[in-house]
Amino acid sequence: MTRTLRFPAAALALLCAAPPLARADAGDLRDLHLPLLPRTAAEAARIAAVTAPARDFSAPERFEAKPAGAATVRARPTADAFSDPSANIGLEGRMTFNLGNGLFTKAWVSAPSSTKASDGLGPLFNARACQLCHLKDGRGLPPATPDEDAIGLFLRLSVPGGPAPETALIPDWIATNPDPVYGGQLQNFSLAGIPAEGRMRIETTEIPLTFPDGEAIILHAPSYALADPGYGMPAPDLMLSPRVAQQMIGLGLLEAIPAAEILAHADPDDADGDGVSGRANIVVSARYGAPMLGRFGHKAGQPTIEEQSAGAFSGDMGLSTPLHPSGHGDCTADQSACIVAETGADPSDGLEVSQANLDLVTFYARNLGVPERRGAGDPEVLRGKEVFYSAGCISCHVPKYVTGRMEGKVAQSFQLIWPYTDLLLHDMGEGLADHRPEGRATGAEWRTAPLWGIGLTAQVSGRESYLHDGRATSLIEAVMWHGGEAQAARDAVYHLPKEDRDALVRFLGSL
Amino acid sequence: MRIQGMLGAPASLLALTVPAMAADRAAIVDTYADIAQAGYEDSLVLARDLQLAIDTLIAAPSQDTLDAARAAWRKARDPYMQTEVFRFGNPVVDDWEGKVNAWPLDEGLIDYVDASYFGAEENAQAQLNVIANPTFTLSGETVDATTITPALLSDVLQEAGENEANVATGYHAIEFLLWGQDLVSDAPGAGNRPWTDYAQGAGCTGGNCDRRAEYLKVATDLLVSDLAWMTAQWAEGGAARTAVSASADAGIAAILTGMGNLSYGEMAGQRVKLGLILNDPEEEHDCFSDNTPQSHYFDLKGVENVYLGRYTRTDGTEISGPSLKDALAEADGALAQTLADEIGQSLAAADALRTLASEGKSYDMLLQVGNAEGETAINAVVDALVTQSRSIERASTALGLAGVVVEGDETLEGTGEVFQ
Repeated sequence: MTRTLRFPAAALALLCAAPPLARADAGDLRDLHLPLLPRTAAEAARIAAVTAPARDFSAPERFEAKPAGAATVRARPTADAFSDPSANIGLEGRMTFNLGNGLFTKAWVSAPSSTKASDGLGPLFNARACQLCHLKDGRGLPPATPDEDAIGLFLRLSVPGGPAPETALIPDWIATNPDPVYGGQLQNFSLAGIPAEGRMRIETTEIPLTFPDGEAIILHAPSYALADPGYGMPAPDLMLSPRVAQQMIGLGLLEAIPAAEILAHADPDDADGDGVSGRANIVVSARYGAPMLGRFGHKAGQPTIEEQSAGAFSGDMGLSTPLHPSGHGDCTADQSACIVAETGADPSDGLEVSQANLDLVTFYARNLGVPERRGAGDPEVLRGKEVFYSAGCISCHVPKYVTGRMEGKVAQSFQLIWPYTDLLLHDMGEGLADHRPEGRATGAEWRTAPLWGIGLTAQVSGRESYLHDGRATSLIEAVMWHGGEAQAARDAVYHLPKEDRDALVRFLGSL
Repeated sequence: MRIQGMLGAPASLLALTVPAMAADRAAIVDTYADIAQAGYEDSLVLARDLQLAIDTLIAAPSQDTLDAARAAWRKARDPYMQTEVFRFGNPVVDDWEGKVNAWPLDEGLIDYVDASYFGAEENAQAQLNVIANPTFTLSGETVDATTITPALLSDVLQEAGENEANVATGYHAIEFLLWGQDLVSDAPGAGNRPWTDYAQGAGCTGGNCDRRAEYLKVATDLLVSDLAWMTAQWAEGGAARTAVSASADAGIAAILTGMGNLSYGEMAGQRVKLGLILNDPEEEHDCFSDNTPQSHYFDLKGVENVYLGRYTRTDGTEISGPSLKDALAEADGALAQTLADEIGQSLAAADALRTLASEGKSYDMLLQVGNAEGETAINAVVDALVTQSRSIERASTALGLAGVVVEGDETLEGTGEVFQ
């Protein structure tokens, strides 16, 4: 891990003149989605000072209790804690937000139907509505029992190799392709008359773990398989990746961090020898047609909220948008009943979800507020914060940023935010590996998850469930799963006295 | 103009920005709290009338007793809708509101539904039908529902699976149990549940009439107890009254916040415009009873009540006192009158929907694709509400509350609240 600014803003500015689709060496990633104004020297100095890691743990840092700056919302004591709009989007913004919320909670139906504008579901799908996976705008949950259908958790599918146009554009791109029959993800629901693709079978092994002080916990190690395949045997080299739906808060602020300031934390070759690398995922933007920094998804496979949302409409619900214009979603040519099924395309634009409606959902997803901290000044919380820093967690869970200053009155502009992530890829070890590469991310790498709001998981989603597949049922369990680049930090926590371990969990719970 | 959300504005900030005003702001907030208390109390009284009517329906099921219960439900909605303006500015109300007015709902959770009903099959609870199933599995746990209790409804079924569509309590659950699904959206007519759904013994239709009656009884009792609780929060010393009265300026901000958010995002946006965007008759607030135009009208009446500091109780008596309009008139007399006129225009537009309904053009028909008259009538409500919301923003500036109701990067500067 190094703090050297490897991709200075000035260099980025020069590269802005480069033609689109130039080969994306990691330094020339542009924030094509942001109307960024350049940082002034005075601003840069203020930002460097305010984002420097804390040294004093006797009291909370200034502004710390408001993790999303002026966008921070009241921490409701109910399951609605993640459902308020950012505090600074105004009445008009709240109108747009509420319309987006209506679409986010809307249950889509099969075409044709009397509800012309909300039909087009499927033919294959994982859920009928966004909120059925993003529970109360929070994390999805894996099935509680082996016989319960998976909804908030699905399997991404791919096979290695094959032609991949990105290899010519993006260094270290790992070529993969969707399964030739099952496509890019397993949809375990389908419209009447069309076979579903199958079920996700989960087998969980319990692994006891005892801390040096004698406290014992159980780690739950799931393994995944495709059961009851509806379209014959999948490819022999099929790769599966379980993915739980992510929490929705603060996404617009993560989108507004200048790429250069994310890349400043990257150390792909571990030049500083601290055992922590941090690599950027880079993907070709469907919107801008150029390589961009990947920010969203468990392997940072999407550059913007709009593209993440459009991908979810298509892959999870089988709904077309301008970015994914097929009304058949993830159907492949070998899924004959699916590929000929009626779609809900509107005659005016040939789409099931218009650009206007995609914009509403994108606005909604960009503006779900981050609740204020609870107990940031509590002595045990502060002790836990110190443990978090000293164990090395902040090497990847980078505490704070200042979002870019943007033209126009943009709610995400120039906010001091505390997401506790570097948005970069890290090798997390064999225990968490899915062995399924995505873009530049290897089968062992995952994007650092933001930690803001993590203490409200059970309150919002109904029970504790963490990591990319929701396997961890407590925060300490989640920490103990960390391996690879995070092994040293995990080991440091493992050897802590119990009161410090508890303080760490208390700190995480206050986020 | 940018506006920021205004929940929980710090009093220290207000002290910096508010000029001295002659109008007694504390008295204005008192009027507001008095209207809230009276509104929730009226809602409680009429919910108790509904409770009596439902007890009668259950004891002696007939078309007459079902009709009487439906009429009592409609009456009970009128004062409740006028209290919605207390949302958004008052955390006590916001954290409670979902129990009594959550919407829309997957009604298959509660009772039988039409075979063509597309309750999401992957919403494991959408076809749960607790009335027909005394035991069922929820998130891997077996639930014993042999006796339908308040705890079963509010702790187990409400938002089961963390799904907002799983609404088990409140006005809309009761509405569904009285009317049933409204399966007709291209002709007048609300839900048409037969009274025999409550007939005990051989005459029972729909199955499980005993459990249906039990569910209806428990849901109604819960509504009454929830409204009693909220009424107490607005009484002297109650948590909601205490909170809003703590600082007169924060109280004024809460009034404007509720008016603005209810007018704009909630009513104009989610409840009215969304239905047009989707052309979906399901996007109707009181969809089982087709009471939507009436509930929209009284929702907006609530905005007028708090603005004018005047509320006509269900028994005809009037609560009135120093009003927000008085304070605004001192700051900007023209704006004070403009806002009053605009609220009146919103009410007139909502009233036009009531007139259409009385002519046999129900709200779900207005939402049909290609119904130009419906689109015009509904858009008139949206437009009037947007206009009125702009004036609410201007009012907040005129009252010196720019940092609270209207976006205030500048106002926040130097307060130490957020990095600038």
